[in-house]
Order: sequence, then C-alpha cells, then structure tokens
Amino acid sequence: MSLLTTPELAAPQGTRTAPPVDGRRSRRKTTWTAVAFVAPLVIYLVLFYAYPLVQNVVMSLHRFDRFSFVNGGAPFVGFDIYAEVVAQSRFWVVVRQTVIFTTASIVLQYAIGLALAAFFHRSRFRLSATLRGLYLIPWLLPVIVSGTTWQWMMSPDTGVLNAFLGIFGADPVWWLNADNALLSVTIANIWLGVPFNLVILYSGLQNIPADLYEAAALDGAGPWQSFWRITVPLLRPVTLIALLLGLVYTLKVVDIIWIMTSGTGSSQTLATWSYGMAFGKGTSAVIRYSEASAVGTILLLAALVFGFVYIAVQRKQED
Amino acid sequence: MNRSWWTIAVAVLLTAIMLFPVYWMVNVSLTRRESIRRGELLPFDFTTEHYVVVLREQLPYLGTSLLVGLGTVLVTLLVAAPASFALAKLAVPGRRLLNFMLIVAQMVPAVVMSLGFYSIYSRIGLLNTVPGLILADSTIAVPFAVMLVTAFMTGIPRELMQAAQLDGASAWRTFRSVVLPMSRNSMITAALFAFLWAWSDFLFASTLDREGGSLRPITMGIYNYIGAQNQEWGPMMATAVVASIPAAALLVVAQKYIAAGVTAGAVKD
Repeated sequence: MSLLTTPELAAPQGTRTAPPVDGRRSRRKTTWTAVAFVAPLVIYLVLFYAYPLVQNVVMSLHRFDRFSFVNGGAPFVGFDIYAEVVAQSRFWVVVRQTVIFTTASIVLQYAIGLALAAFFHRSRFRLSATLRGLYLIPWLLPVIVSGTTWQWMMSPDTGVLNAFLGIFGADPVWWLNADNALLSVTIANIWLGVPFNLVILYSGLQNIPADLYEAAALDGAGPWQSFWRITVPLLRPVTLIALLLGLVYTLKVVDIIWIMTSGTGSSQTLATWSYGMAFGKGTSAVIRYSEASAVGTILLLAALVFGFVYIAVQRKQED
Repeated sequence: MNRSWWTIAVAVLLTAIMLFPVYWMVNVSLTRRESIRRGELLPFDFTTEHYVVVLREQLPYLGTSLLVGLGTVLVTLLVAAPASFALAKLAVPGRRLLNFMLIVAQMVPAVVMSLGFYSIYSRIGLLNTVPGLILADSTIAVPFAVMLVTAFMTGIPRELMQAAQLDGASAWRTFRSVVLPMSRNSMITAALFAFLWAWSDFLFASTLDREGGSLRPITMGIYNYIGAQNQEWGPMMATAVVASIPAAALLVVAQKYIAAGVTAGAVKD
C-alpha cells in the first residue's frame, strides 16, 4: 500500500490536484520495489524447491541405473516404475507399517502431551519456565543423538530397558529385531514428539478462561466432567492443528528410524524405503534411484493431501 | 499441604522419566569402557577418557558443523529478511500464492528433496561440499523464517515507516534503518532455529555429503560409530553429548526466543 492510497493524501484539494498519471506511476514503482524485495525468495524457491522436486519426478519417469545416473541416457518409461512399485506385495506391507507408525505416533504423542499439559495446568505445580525448557530438550536434540541413545537403551542384553523390565521378572525383549522394530521406533518417535504437543496444548489450555471452570464447579461438575465438557470442546481447534501437523511431519520421518534400525523388518516405512533404495549402505546391493523417486513422489502426494487439509482447517479457523 | 507435596512428587517423576534418555547418554559417556555393559545407574567407574577420544577424532566434524550452521543462518536471513519486509509492508503481487507455497514447502518430505538435490548436485559437482550442504540445509529453515519474520514485521506500526518515507528515505533505507532494527528479536529466533536445524541435520548430510571426509558434519561423525564392526558406545555417547551442546546452550541463553518459535506454529522437521 503506497502513501497515495490514504484518503487524506490522495484526495485532491484545491490547487494541489495530483494528476492521475502520477499516482499510477508511483503505485507501479511501489510494486516494482515489492517485487525486488521478494525476488530473492522467489528465485530461491524455484531453484531449491521446485527444481529438486521436478528432478525427483523426472527420475521416477526414467529408468535410471548407476551408469545412466552418471552419464545420462536413461530411457523414458512413463509410469511403468510406479506400476512396478505398487504391484510389489512389499509395497502394501510398507504402506500398512507407515499407517501404523504414523497413527500410533500422533495419537500417543497427542494423548501424552495433553495429559502432561493438563497435569501441569491444573496442579499448583505450574509448568515454570525452567521446567518447560527441560521438556523441550527431546525436541531440540539432534535426532542422531536421541536415536543412538534409544538404540543403546534397547540393546537386548545390556540395555537399561530390559534391565528395568527384568525387575518385574519379564524376559528380555529383542527390541530391534524384525518383529519388534516397528514398536521400538514408534516408542522413540513418540518421545520425540511429546514436547511439541505439550507446548502447543499447554498454551491452548491457558487460553481457556478460568471462570468457565469456576462456573462449572459451582454447578457441581467434577474434574472429569469439566474436562470433557469444557477442555475438550474448547481445545478442538488446537487439537486439529496439532494432529494434522503431526501427521504431515510423521509421514516423512526418516532419521529416527534409519538411525535405530536402518528400516529393517517391520520398521520400514515409505520414507525409509525410498531413502534406503537410493542411499542405503549395505542394505541393498543395487541402487535404485528411479524406484526411490517413485516411492518418494507417492509419499509427497500423501503428505500434500493432508497438508491441504491442514491449510483448509487453518483458513476456516481464521475466518 | 499433603496434596501439594504429592503433585510435586508426580511432576518431578514425570520430568525424570521424560529426560531419562538424556541422563542415560551422559551416564554412559562418563563410564569406563569395561563397565559400560553393567549398566549402572550412576557412573561409578568414572572416566573422562571418552571425551579425550572425541577431542582427538571429532574436532574436524565439529568445525564443519559450525561452518555449515553459520552458513545456513546467513543464507536463510539474506533470503528471508527482504522477502518478509515485502510481504508484510509492500504491495506484493501474488502474495496469497506465495504464502501458500511457503506452507506447502514445509510439508515436502526431506527424502524427496534429497533425491532431487542428489541428482542435481552429482551433475554440477556440488556433492560432498560444504556450500552444497549449506544450500540444502537452508531449505529446512527459509519458509519458516519468512513466515515468522513476516508475522512480526506486520506488527510494526505503519506510521513509523511513513515518517521515514516523508523524510525522503527510499524503501531500502526504510527497510535497513527502521524495519530491520525493530525486527531484531524475530530475526534472532529465525537464526537460532536455522542454526539448530542445520547442526542437527542427518538426512542431507547422509545423502549429499556422504563421502566428504572431514568436510562432513558431526551428525556423520556419530553415524560412523553405528556402522563400525565393534560399536564403541563410550566415545559415541560422548560425541552425542558434545553434539547436544548447541541445543543446550540455546535453551539456557535464548529460551524466550525458542518459546516464541514453537508457538509460532508450523515448526519441527
């Protein structure tokens, strides 16, 4: 908005009648200034977002091997690679595991985050600045740090988790073997995501007026009732945002899984499968860029679908 | 009285459970090699030898990480600051579309980006280089930084800018001498997150900088231990502790900025 659009200055008064051409030229100048300021970002988005994305799709439509990846000349095969990927029985196994990993992660991250937020909100022991900082730690640490730590804690013979279970007489669990891998990486991923949910939900709780609870208490509502009748409905917008963002972010998780299990056994998801086919060391003899890109594109589409739902929800909330 | 003690006990217990993995990492990093497998709750067999190993073997990686982190901050701010000013205060054609693209950009799976980058970099020779890694890492932070700083700049009173313009300042002067100084806090927040994400990045480092030798970041230094035949847990955990220092330092020094970033919404990668 330029100065000339403000009524006092734009309205012609007596002798100082500004010719309309002037106004238009000035506004056009502002637009060009705006374009100049925003140009680096636009160029950046084209070069470092659009171009790699297009490149990824192009790779999934050509049959690349190690040689043609370096020297070019991979034949165009249309959607053949997608058809081959989807036709594998493995594909649906991986999709199922991705759904389990994602759903279990976001539901439990949310539930634990909400329980903690509600506890600290209701008790006299408020989530002080120091404590809030401590709870952010899992979220701020490099994932390679948390991943290796969890891997060590889940070591079958010497891990602290089995030592703890042993106190209750439980047999040692082979956390990272093929069958249990999905459970183990999900536990670690929940731990990573609780801080984000806790912080968002805690600020959501703080925005609920306290007199609502007081009024409900006067009407004889117990803590359980006021939780379901006041907290849950009023927290709905924050809940939707937390769950949808969690969904989009969890779908694309590679690092925690790859670091703990290299995507072996039941812990393979679409994201780690794609990563492993292109970059996995020692997990596959042949490097398959085209299949990796095809799986990556499928993952991208899934993430975008939920991403658009998120944007729509957010727009609706703002109106 | 009774009830209050009870809640404090529960609060402490919950916090302890949540932070136990972090404690366990520190504990192992201070226990002598021979005793690590006993898994004692305190480092009774105390040693700092693992940290000596870290200083001997991991310094180049730490240096690279520092360089990559600072480079990412620079790229992020250079791209984000002017664009945020335009989106907040100037008539940008297609503003809604651009805002939309920024949200969508944060949803793109990093593995898809790394496949695209890998193919491009292998052709133009940016694989296993620090600038290549900086550019890739900056994609994690740029959309977030633009949205955060734009939101902040929108709140700057228009009168302040108009005063500068009446004094004959150009848009550039207004940006540099009025808007930028006033947006310091949001720029610091964006810079902190850009640094932290670049420092923590595993995905781009393990794909675009796999064979970079000592020009690899500290996340790769830790990852090397995982692949080894005989996993050395002591040095590995000590390196992990050292790699956590920036996160811990930021938390102590700049918690108010971090809290601002989290509540700004679309964070976390």
